[in-house]
Amino acid sequence: MNFEFSDEQKELKAQARRFLDAKCPTTAARAVLEGPQSYDAELWKGLAEMGFLGVVIPEEYGGLGLGYLEQCVIAEEMGRAIAPVPFSSSVFLATEFLLAAGSAGQKSAWLPKLAAGEAIGTFAQVEGVGAVSPKAIQARFEGGKVNGTKRVVADGDIADFAVVAVRTASGQDARGVSLALVDLKGPGVTRTVVETIDPTRSHADITFDGATAELLGAAGEGWSLISQVFDRAAVLTAFEQIGGADRALEMARDYALDRMAFGRPIGSFQAIKHMLADMYVSATLARSNGYYGAWALSTGAAELPEAAASSRVAATQAFQHCAKNNIQVHGGMGFTWAFDCHLFYRRSNLLALNLGSLSQWEDALIERMRARNTAA
Amino acid sequence: MNFDDTPEEAAFRAEVRAWLDANAPRQYLEALQTSGFGNMNIGDADPMAVSKAWQKKKAEAGWACLHWPKEYGGRGATPIQRVIWQQEEGAYGALGGIFIIGHGMCGPTMMAFASEEQKRRYLPPLAAGEEIWCQLFSEPAGGSDLAGLRTKAEKATDGSGDWIINGQKIWTSGAHYSDMAILITRTDPTVPKHKGLTMFFLSMKSPGIEIRPIKQANGQSGFNEVFFNDVRIPDAQRLGAVGDGWKVSLTTLMNERLSIGSGMSTGFPELFDLCCRLETPDGLAIDDRAVRSKLATWAIRTTGLKYNGFRSLSAISRGETPGPENSIGKLVAGPTMQEIATFALDLQAQAGVINDPELAAANARFQAMLLRSPATRVEGGTDEILRNIIAERVLGLPADVRVDKDVPFNKIPTSGRG
Repeated sequence: MNFEFSDEQKELKAQARRFLDAKCPTTAARAVLEGPQSYDAELWKGLAEMGFLGVVIPEEYGGLGLGYLEQCVIAEEMGRAIAPVPFSSSVFLATEFLLAAGSAGQKSAWLPKLAAGEAIGTFAQVEGVGAVSPKAIQARFEGGKVNGTKRVVADGDIADFAVVAVRTASGQDARGVSLALVDLKGPGVTRTVVETIDPTRSHADITFDGATAELLGAAGEGWSLISQVFDRAAVLTAFEQIGGADRALEMARDYALDRMAFGRPIGSFQAIKHMLADMYVSATLARSNGYYGAWALSTGAAELPEAAASSRVAATQAFQHCAKNNIQVHGGMGFTWAFDCHLFYRRSNLLALNLGSLSQWEDALIERMRARNTAA
Repeated sequence: MNFDDTPEEAAFRAEVRAWLDANAPRQYLEALQTSGFGNMNIGDADPMAVSKAWQKKKAEAGWACLHWPKEYGGRGATPIQRVIWQQEEGAYGALGGIFIIGHGMCGPTMMAFASEEQKRRYLPPLAAGEEIWCQLFSEPAGGSDLAGLRTKAEKATDGSGDWIINGQKIWTSGAHYSDMAILITRTDPTVPKHKGLTMFFLSMKSPGIEIRPIKQANGQSGFNEVFFNDVRIPDAQRLGAVGDGWKVSLTTLMNERLSIGSGMSTGFPELFDLCCRLETPDGLAIDDRAVRSKLATWAIRTTGLKYNGFRSLSAISRGETPGPENSIGKLVAGPTMQEIATFALDLQAQAGVINDPELAAANARFQAMLLRSPATRVEGGTDEILRNIIAERVLGLPADVRVDKDVPFNKIPTSGRG
């Protein structure tokens, strides 16, 4: 039994921790929160130099050619640092869509730039409020042009290209959904920055008015590709959430040790101790489910859909739980702008929604368990 | 990252399987596999006789108490080998239930504190299931606050050096069928509570011991009260120095944590199964989105504990010792089981009250679970004590303020009302 990351993977994690401790203290996220910039461009460049933007990209495309376990440990450190960069859009989604369905030409055009941090990619899916179904994909692809509006696209204001969920056949079902690759710097693209609950990660609405595009993958395969890539992204995002949960727990623990009330450190009161113990329990359950997801992702196991949903549900619950109770442990100070608690609270609630809601993933988890039971 | 055995582990597993194939009491397997919640089922056979026979057979072939030294009836096996044995023994492991306290807690305490002669006399029959041991720790006045115990041990006035025991223990599992016990007592009430304790072992057949089963809230009787009226124990049966009983008891309790075994059940697979079969006016229960959402939370707690266990096993496989972080198992499983039982009855609506296995859904398994689960959250450390352990020993938060810490035991108030 060796259900653990290897020494090399742990060393990579330590390297990422050292880099982010130096280059991405919480003041980095705060600068984006309070300043005009959409992301920390300097940090992005540094991550590219470290090779962290191309961990799973094959060496022939300028990446490190490593595996998903390596990607997971870096994702965890990015989450810990609440890094204000388009990592999840570019690495977990755009890169994964290209690897899953890109033609040789599309891969050659974009993967080396993604790995080098010279291009930012994202995924544009949402068109309205509520869970996205095939019916909700109404942006049209016809004759090499896309028309329609995508809402709340993560990093939509800074991305160089987007993978766009489009309709290639009339009707409302999944068979008419495809993916289109759109150069966002070209004509026919209008972007409007959207204010969100977490301004440390920028979002924009994008209107396509005859924007030039080409299909990514075959027509009609879009819905199935989205599902595949979201499972992969769910595991990676879970590690980002696990990193955030751990950091929020540590902040709360440290504050409980320092802060005195009634002549004692508040961490000596059982009401606080038990809250912290419960946060530890959530974070630990998330980590252990995450390991299951990491194993399934890295080995290409048939259990991936179920393991990904388990990872996603546990990690979402844990980060939300730890981030909100971190504020509670800090008391009034936790609700000030000056303290960092709200940065984690904001991020935990952003990540809880970015691949679809917690309730969608809860539903998916049980559906998938049921499918396996029926098959068995 | 994988779930594979090392070559040594795989070879050991093959050896275990071969022996089990040839020797396991296969005639009880089907019944054992369908055992209801909290009840070992072996059909019409006598559970005590079958359990003792299987333990004896294992001991003769060197498969009892694997991690104990050979000279005391064990195999000198590594911790991971012990885990592999438990995995392979599977459903037959239920036959070892009556030995768990003796093997898991009394044995290691004897190993650490008894004389060589005593170890050679008592440990092999304990390993072989010939003598069953119990643990006399909890008292009416000392549960979570174990060191608040009041059972007295006083030197006999006849100059024999013997100790005379008077007092009462409670929640003693298996006292009624045990041959031997370890016992913690107060030998000095004039010093602070942790300093006046002393540990002994004794025969449960000693004159002056009276055992009364406790009728539990769920109607069953798994525990006992044990009364001591001038029970005599030779000084040679003292474990550790006079006044060192607290330290000795920590050895016992530490070993409890090492038996991580197969992990705790949450009841989730059973509930999932129920939801897939239970018809409601709107279809199967599992077709209801609200049901699925609730199931998901219990699902990730269950898989979380499972893979957490795999992480612990990996640490054991590397030669590390599991620490206080293992307190998470019961802290998650206990409340989850109670929530699951409550929800399973809710799904059955008015009919959920039926507790007759012949009539109720799932053979009244969830009704039994509902009535038993409060105990899971208390026994072996309450949810609150487990949270304290995690907070203090994992997260490094300050220990509780103990107002009785430096007070002589006989000066500590005994009533909350003044």
